[in-house]
Amino acid sequence: MTTDNKPTPTNPFKAVTGLRKMILGSSGTQRKRHWVDYAFIAAFIILVVITASMSDVFFTQRNLSNLLRQAVTNGLLSLGMLVVILTGGIDLSVGPVVALTGIMVAGLSKGGMPLFPAILICLAVGIACGAVNGFFIARFKLQPFIVTIATLGTIRGLVYVYSDIPITPTDPAFRAVLGAGFIGPFPVSAIIMLACYPVVWFFLNRTNSGRAIVAIGGNEEAVRLAGINVNWNIFLAYMISGLFSALAGVILASRLGISQPSVGAGFELDAIAACVIGGAILGGGGGSTFGTLAGVVSLGMIDNLLNLFNVQSYYQQILKGVIILVAVLARRKK
Amino acid sequence: MGDTDFLVMKGISKSFDGTQALRNVDFSGAIGEVHAISGENGAGKSTLVKILSGALPRDAGEILLDGESIELGTPLRARRLGIYAVYQEFSLVPHLTVAENILLGQMPSIRVRGIVDWNKAYRQAEEILSSIGFTGINVRQTVSRLRVSHQQMVEIAKALANRRRILILDEPSAVLSQEDLTRLFALMRQLKQEKTLILYISHRLDEVFEIADRITVLKDGQLVGTVKPKESDQNQLIKMMVGRSLGEIFPVRTPPKAEVALEVRNLSREGEFSDISFSLGQGEILGMFGLVGSGRTQVARCIFGAEPITSGEILLSSKPIYPKSPRQAVLAGIAMLTEDRKRDGLVMNCTIRDNASLASYPNLSRWGVIDRRKQAARVQQKIQELDVRPPLLDRLASHLSGGNQQKLVLAKWLMTQARVLILDEPTRGVDVATKVEIYHIINDLARDGMGILLISSELPEILGMSDRALVMREGRLVGDFARSQANEERLLASASGVSQ
Repeated sequence: MTTDNKPTPTNPFKAVTGLRKMILGSSGTQRKRHWVDYAFIAAFIILVVITASMSDVFFTQRNLSNLLRQAVTNGLLSLGMLVVILTGGIDLSVGPVVALTGIMVAGLSKGGMPLFPAILICLAVGIACGAVNGFFIARFKLQPFIVTIATLGTIRGLVYVYSDIPITPTDPAFRAVLGAGFIGPFPVSAIIMLACYPVVWFFLNRTNSGRAIVAIGGNEEAVRLAGINVNWNIFLAYMISGLFSALAGVILASRLGISQPSVGAGFELDAIAACVIGGAILGGGGGSTFGTLAGVVSLGMIDNLLNLFNVQSYYQQILKGVIILVAVLARRKK
Repeated sequence: MGDTDFLVMKGISKSFDGTQALRNVDFSGAIGEVHAISGENGAGKSTLVKILSGALPRDAGEILLDGESIELGTPLRARRLGIYAVYQEFSLVPHLTVAENILLGQMPSIRVRGIVDWNKAYRQAEEILSSIGFTGINVRQTVSRLRVSHQQMVEIAKALANRRRILILDEPSAVLSQEDLTRLFALMRQLKQEKTLILYISHRLDEVFEIADRITVLKDGQLVGTVKPKESDQNQLIKMMVGRSLGEIFPVRTPPKAEVALEVRNLSREGEFSDISFSLGQGEILGMFGLVGSGRTQVARCIFGAEPITSGEILLSSKPIYPKSPRQAVLAGIAMLTEDRKRDGLVMNCTIRDNASLASYPNLSRWGVIDRRKQAARVQQKIQELDVRPPLLDRLASHLSGGNQQKLVLAKWLMTQARVLILDEPTRGVDVATKVEIYHIINDLARDGMGILLISSELPEILGMSDRALVMREGRLVGDFARSQANEERLLASASGVSQ
């Protein structure tokens, strides 16, 4: 992770390199693959230009803020997913955590609890879900895929135990501020999501635990033998994923204005896709926050554009699949 | 066409990322010959045979087999020509049976094609094993359950399941016990009778002199010469390999202080080693020699907390410690450079900066947040001290040469406040020049009062560096030699259990 190479505005070439590294590069290994990164940026720009010329709705404030708001859920989930992927793991249980925390925040506030403590409890529930994943993965060296697929089912079950019918949050402030609130032209939820990116970037690049997490994905045994508590850091990574899932769940409930127990199916796939498009390597050893953000925005834009052109959502699924394959194919070594 | 020109390699060159691994090397082999290829680590031995086995493409040169020019694009092509290689890294499928591994790709079918005839497969595999004089392996057993030396034999059997004209053995002795080695040599003699050319790569000179008909020495990717064992001796060969005599390699030792840095009393680990006691003084370099499988590494790993001990005591500066994890050992002041830097020494996709700081983050940070300036200054200072090249903080570990990678691992440990440094094969896979540098670094560290436990399977290294040498065999400490008493014969005899 050499995302600390800040662009120097005085030198346009350096700025491009720095930006490229910040956006797409996880490390110097991309040196031989310049064209891939440029191709991605170029494709992105072409896409935007074409859309803007074909649709006069795209560049409206209303549409752009919609795009941002819709990207919030995946933006938050992808952040947590990235941290987990960096350790060499995967978290398939994010979807049900979104549903659980979404329905709990509605349920608690309906039961008369003030909004703020209700949200805090939900975040704690998210962390607890992540802790369960992390405990089994770190302590017993179980495969992350299996553990989180087990909790995927378990937590989904818990959601229906909590409530098998949708709950509407009663506190009007909930929807007004989190879900539909704006600061200037920017949606509150998008600001929260975007603010999380530098925080995670800082965590991964500037803290002991963050560096340990990145290194664990590269060579777990070397990190253990360097005297670092590997189990704790893996545990931590899953709790972070749980936390972001919970945050996503609460915000999604506030945006939709109703908490469905069935929400969140397939969310893990979009999150993994965003990380991978952003250059993360499944199995650990690469990935960056800004790359992931680029992945989130790309996926969000594709949804948005296809919506503008009234393309059915089935085709969106097909196109997304193709894009993921192309992204991975273009980034493979050699 | 005479026998001697059965295999001719002419002007072979190969470079990796700008490093010339082989430069214009000529090589030839005869039918029914055991031709040893010797040289230091990084001399180009493995590269040469990998080109012959089709695993690597060559940049230049020509290969003639039986007088005909051949192209070896892939290992499969090489196999069709009867060239088989057994590498140090096994190519066995661990969870399949011995029989499946031996017959991989050519399992016998019953009348319906594609359905395996298991009885026939087991029988064939058994026949192959017994034809090479190797019985006592259950062909129905899973390979992962076999001892390493048996796995090696399966690997060889796999190569022999086919018509072969050239068999390449890349450092087979590294994992073999003395008994298995004798068996391997017997097999090699049998294969010679069957008109197979055997290329035998080893840096163990005694073995080479025992089995080889000719010895070709490579150094820094170039051919130094080919000699016959009868007309040469080990000293000449060492000079050919190293390019200088041993006296110039090892620094002059300063005598250690009297204070004890580390003491180990009756250390045991069930199934690995038992009753190990020794003490290591401050500023002392204590060599630890033993054949592979003697338990040297396990003792070190237990002291370092990487594996649990069954019983015994570890005292650091006369205070008992019980490291249950490497973390506790590092905090107590023990550092350990492991034998395989790729496997558990470095995080290859991380930078020099990350790797060097890995063991000392607590000292480089406040409230868990890294002090980047302090980190940069410390790392920069350390890698300049050790002359890691290039001295660039953001260079990835994977982009460094083997020698510089090894120095980077050392830098990681010297960034900690360690008082005891365990070095497990510190010069494995590094070139001679770096080797000499590393010896001087070790010597300087000892002069500054660090206690150093030096584990090595290279006798010259043990003899040249240590103040005292311990010898392990089959999990026990069997020898303790002062510098003045130690010599190659004694250590080797002690390690292999041969009485003098």
